[in-house]
Amino acid sequence: MEHTSLLERILRGIALTLVVIFFMFPIVWILMMSFQTNETILRIPPQLVFKPTLANYTALITGKLTTAAGTLDIAFMRNLWNSVFLSVTSVAVALLLGVPAAYAFARHKFRGSEDIAFTLLSFRFAPALLVLLPLTLYFQKLGLANTYIGLIWVYQLICLPLILWIVRGYFEDIPADIEYAYRIAGHSWFATFRKIALPLAGPGIAAAGLLAFIFAWNNFVFALVLASADKQPVTVGALAFITSSGIQYGQISAAIVLSITPTLALALYAQRYLVEGLSLGAVKG
Amino acid sequence: MTAATMQRNRPSGVRISKKVLPYVLSLPALLVCIGILIPFFTSVVYSFQRYRLSQPWARQFNWGDNYISFFTDPRFWNTLEISLLYAGITVLLELLLGLGIAMLLQKRTTLNNFISIMLLMPLMTAPALAALMWKLMTNPGFGVLSYLASLIGLQDFRWASSPSTALFTVVLVDIWVYTPFIMILLLAGLRSLPTQPFEAAALDGVPRSFVFFRITLPMLTPYILTATLFRLLDSIQQFDIIYAMTQGGPGDTLTVFQVEAYLNFFQSTNVGRSAALMIILWAITYFLSNIFIKNWLRLRERARGQA
Repeated sequence: MEHTSLLERILRGIALTLVVIFFMFPIVWILMMSFQTNETILRIPPQLVFKPTLANYTALITGKLTTAAGTLDIAFMRNLWNSVFLSVTSVAVALLLGVPAAYAFARHKFRGSEDIAFTLLSFRFAPALLVLLPLTLYFQKLGLANTYIGLIWVYQLICLPLILWIVRGYFEDIPADIEYAYRIAGHSWFATFRKIALPLAGPGIAAAGLLAFIFAWNNFVFALVLASADKQPVTVGALAFITSSGIQYGQISAAIVLSITPTLALALYAQRYLVEGLSLGAVKG
Repeated sequence: MTAATMQRNRPSGVRISKKVLPYVLSLPALLVCIGILIPFFTSVVYSFQRYRLSQPWARQFNWGDNYISFFTDPRFWNTLEISLLYAGITVLLELLLGLGIAMLLQKRTTLNNFISIMLLMPLMTAPALAALMWKLMTNPGFGVLSYLASLIGLQDFRWASSPSTALFTVVLVDIWVYTPFIMILLLAGLRSLPTQPFEAAALDGVPRSFVFFRITLPMLTPYILTATLFRLLDSIQQFDIIYAMTQGGPGDTLTVFQVEAYLNFFQSTNVGRSAALMIILWAITYFLSNIFIKNWLRLRERARGQA
């Protein structure tokens, strides 16, 4: 394997450099734009050296934007809060519903178990709008339109299949004998689940939860269809941002940076589990 | 097998009946299933109706009319064509690129591991926000990519706002976001391959192209299939990137299935047509996902076996 020629190593180096530039450049560039004033952004050719300013971030955080035409209220912090709240609650609900179900699917073969598991999985791959468009009409009738509860319920479509299938794999990896031994010692089913199964599957549950969080955070279409401005997460809010007049490009960039930082940070933290999670438990990293 | 052994060894004195317990545990998941299935069947019903939100009084069953009218509707054929084209191009390019990058990073060095982690960042960026990032970079006024295009002689390259380059632009964004997905699955696949065949081939002095086509590719096939079908399923339903970038425009250049259904529902308030479009897309994805799940299960069993 080690007899690679010098030429080949140089070519590999060039190819890798190009790959890294292509995939990292947009993030670096937007990050740089977020520290620039509109004047430096609009300068041609684009500037690589500039005096960084935090003005874009302070405008977003205080929600007050001073322009030549006066002050403008921007509700970006509201969007950010919506994203945090919707993602955290959705994942919590999905864990509460999904982990016991995953345990049941892993440990008990019962009538219809595979059917439920596969229905959930197949809807992971069904077009979102197929379900969302009728739901908008139902939600209006039920009074769930533009409520957090309605949104959290719909977010289960993303979180639940993910958690169910990943955690199920982790439960299946626990040797059943450990659980029998504990049961034979006279402990109840619930105690076994809580004291043996849950701790052993802990890392898997945490990883599935983190991934579900990332997917919930990154979701766009659910909130676009079902939420209006005051309930919208950052993905939808940032889009409204770019079309509204008076907002400057530096602020849009800063909003994008604030919106993608949580998922990027979580992904770096949980990167060990990403391969397994992204393939819904089919590939081990 | 484990289930069978379990039936025999189950300790006595269970308070909740052992038959009922799994149902109790999975009941919430079951309820979510039902919650999904109800709107799904509602969509089926809508697709057989003449139903416009603007004319609720004229709502009635027209049976297959929504579907039949598609045959003579150039807008529908445009939707079908652009959806298949988009999915085909993105998945093919992402597969080639992802495989190439995975092979570059195959050796477990610190640098390679670091790069593979860095490349995850586009994948973890919300696709809608990724589209916004590229929108800022391709802005005709100040976008850095517009500037770079002008440097190589492409004056006034319009990116997503010109019908001739809109598809190219959204495909580029899709590649930026999703190539790392294929890359990371194939990298895991490559690194899990047994080393003996490769050592034997190197000892015998077998040419590298032969090793690649006769050893690497066949052994990697389950991973390639799973990654490709996974992407194909998502790509044919792409909404976020296209909607955030161009909202299906300019004109009807990029009205892929989900974007077209969204516009039908919210702009022309034609619920019937929108539902029929979604049912056709669902039929395509259902067909693909059946193939996918078969492959995915095989790979999953293999991964569990190694655990």
